[in-house]
Amino acid sequence: MDDFLILDGISKSFGKHKVLDNISLTVKKGEIFSFLGPSGCGKTTLLRICAGFEEPDSGRVILNGVDITKLSPNKRQVNTVFQNYALFPNLSVFENIAFGLRVSGIKESQLNDEVGKFLELIQLTSHAHKKPDKLSGGQKQRVAIARALINKPNVLLLDEPLAALDLKLRQRMLVDLDNIHDEVGITFLYVTHDQSEAMSLSDNIAVINEGKVEQVGTPAQIYEAPRTSFVAAFIGDTNFFEGDVIEVDEPYSKLRVDGFTEVLAYNDKKIKKGDKVHISIRPEKFTLSIEKPDLSEKYNSIKGKVEEIIYLGYHTKYWVRVNEFLVETKRLHDRYMLDEKMITWGDEIWLSWHADYCYRLWQSLKAKLKKRRTSYK
Amino acid sequence: MKKSRFPLYITIAILVFFYLPIIIVFAQSFNASRFGGAWKGFTFDWYWKLFSDKNIWHALTNTLIIAVSSTFVSVILGTIAAFALYKYKTKLQVSHNVLIYFPLVIPDILMGISLLLFFVSLKIGLGLLTIFLAHVTFSISYVAMVVLGRFQDFDYSIMEAALDLGATWWTAVRKIMIPYLMPGIAAGGLLAFTLSLDDFVITFFVSGPDSTTLPLYIYSMMRHGSPSVINALSVLMVAFTFIVVFISKKLLEAKE
Ligand SMILES: Nc1ncnc2c1ncn2[C@@H]1O[C@H](COP(=O)(O)OP(=O)(O)OP(=O)(O)O)[C@@H](O)[C@H]1O
Ligand SMILES: [Mg+2]
Repeated sequence: MDDFLILDGISKSFGKHKVLDNISLTVKKGEIFSFLGPSGCGKTTLLRICAGFEEPDSGRVILNGVDITKLSPNKRQVNTVFQNYALFPNLSVFENIAFGLRVSGIKESQLNDEVGKFLELIQLTSHAHKKPDKLSGGQKQRVAIARALINKPNVLLLDEPLAALDLKLRQRMLVDLDNIHDEVGITFLYVTHDQSEAMSLSDNIAVINEGKVEQVGTPAQIYEAPRTSFVAAFIGDTNFFEGDVIEVDEPYSKLRVDGFTEVLAYNDKKIKKGDKVHISIRPEKFTLSIEKPDLSEKYNSIKGKVEEIIYLGYHTKYWVRVNEFLVETKRLHDRYMLDEKMITWGDEIWLSWHADYCYRLWQSLKAKLKKRRTSYK
Repeated sequence: MKKSRFPLYITIAILVFFYLPIIIVFAQSFNASRFGGAWKGFTFDWYWKLFSDKNIWHALTNTLIIAVSSTFVSVILGTIAAFALYKYKTKLQVSHNVLIYFPLVIPDILMGISLLLFFVSLKIGLGLLTIFLAHVTFSISYVAMVVLGRFQDFDYSIMEAALDLGATWWTAVRKIMIPYLMPGIAAGGLLAFTLSLDDFVITFFVSGPDSTTLPLYIYSMMRHGSPSVINALSVLMVAFTFIVVFISKKLLEAKE
């Protein structure tokens, strides 16, 4: 599939505040592409540039081979689902959905059919004549989606469409969204600060921080192989280590992490003795055992003491003190309270993990590393 | 605990205070006595006199021409002003707000004098035109304030949503913004209309020889004419106001 929507070197400042800094991304036709990032990182601004409500200071927006950077919003084949729904309060559900068709001057009979089809898609046929303020949050959301889809845009922009819904409804709407996407086959550009939403819905994710793209990739790539400490910390939980390379034996190398231990790590790029590297290890990559495990030399293992436990039902989080580090680990339960050996506070246990699970970060934030050593987060 | 009767007494006292004068005027308008006071028998005379007085009709026509035209113009200008105050938050925001507020707080007499001086210095002949301009001047502020209140919880993203769906800016204004603002625009217009109808002080300063409005004429009748005719006129005006308010209320209910 071709590159369909191209953002090419987009920068935008509000006054002195640089909100977007040279953002380049390509979105493929028909995919769900997410902008994921913390509040205030510029996601909405980027989306508004795609919709035409803001003009970038520099850079281009190219849709289907045409430069649309300066095109006004009403001329773009792009429609938006707004964060706060932005339904027309004076119009009924039917008229809200019909709005896009009415301004395009379509025949009445055709309009009725078309709106009827979309009402069916969002399962609100029986609510067609209600005003928006009589609808529940999830229903409003669906109307907003149908309204944006009816003009058959090339790209549908969704700005945190589920943020205002409660957890249960959010999960159902995620499934609905996915179904709607399958049905209409339109490219979705999805903005969210919620990593689980982005992970479960997207084909590709761009992680954005302070107006810069940190990493672009599939959900699995982003989670399993974060390139920066920001991505590693923002998507799921992780442990950071900083070490010096003391021995290289391709494809692995041995690192010495001060205050921890020597760690065998996979080399995902060229490395030489004496280099300083940053790695991240996800909590669920550790295996916890009471006896010293008998593992191949590709595994690291070290003894530690359990300092903190949080029981979360389907899994438990353990913070294990290893020398100067407090390592966050996670254990799934399948035979909890049966024959699974209980681990409690103060237990001496073994942590082990495969060398492949140490992810090298391309860039790291020192300050964050230090904080992580002692914090429980 | 026994409920206190006190609030009830207060309510009755206030109602009497408000409505007793109107009731007296109503009764006096049918009193055959020429200067009011003691009851001398029932009569429709004052109403006949009222309807046969050409000057009253002339004054009424003037009043209506000015009220309708100044309301029309100030509703448009006031709504635009409210939109600007809502949409464009600049450093001058505070001074713009003060400019709009000013006519609401400045004493009528000051406004009347300053407008008079203004018109005279520009050599604009006093008449219907100057009254119209004066009324527009203060009505804009009332309309702008009322419409701005409606704007306070207007979510501009619904305008963007309309543009996003392919509407031109003007279509979005017509189909989305104005319907939303309508209650405010109607209320502001009604306010402007009634203020224009019964404005005396400012009109007094800027009116010319042939542009007497109803309030001005009533004032001169008070001094030279018959108070009983004024009573009859007052009753008609109260009735008219009542009907207008009643209809507008019904209209608003029907829209719900
Ligand atoms: N019109 C504007 N004028 C000035 N500053 C703005 C404007 N719009 C956005 N900003 C600033 O730009 C930054 C990014 O805003 P943006 O709305 O894009 O963030 P976001 O990633 O969507 O955040 P959130 O997740 O909270 O919605 C913020 O610091 C915000 O204050
Ligand atoms: Mg946002």
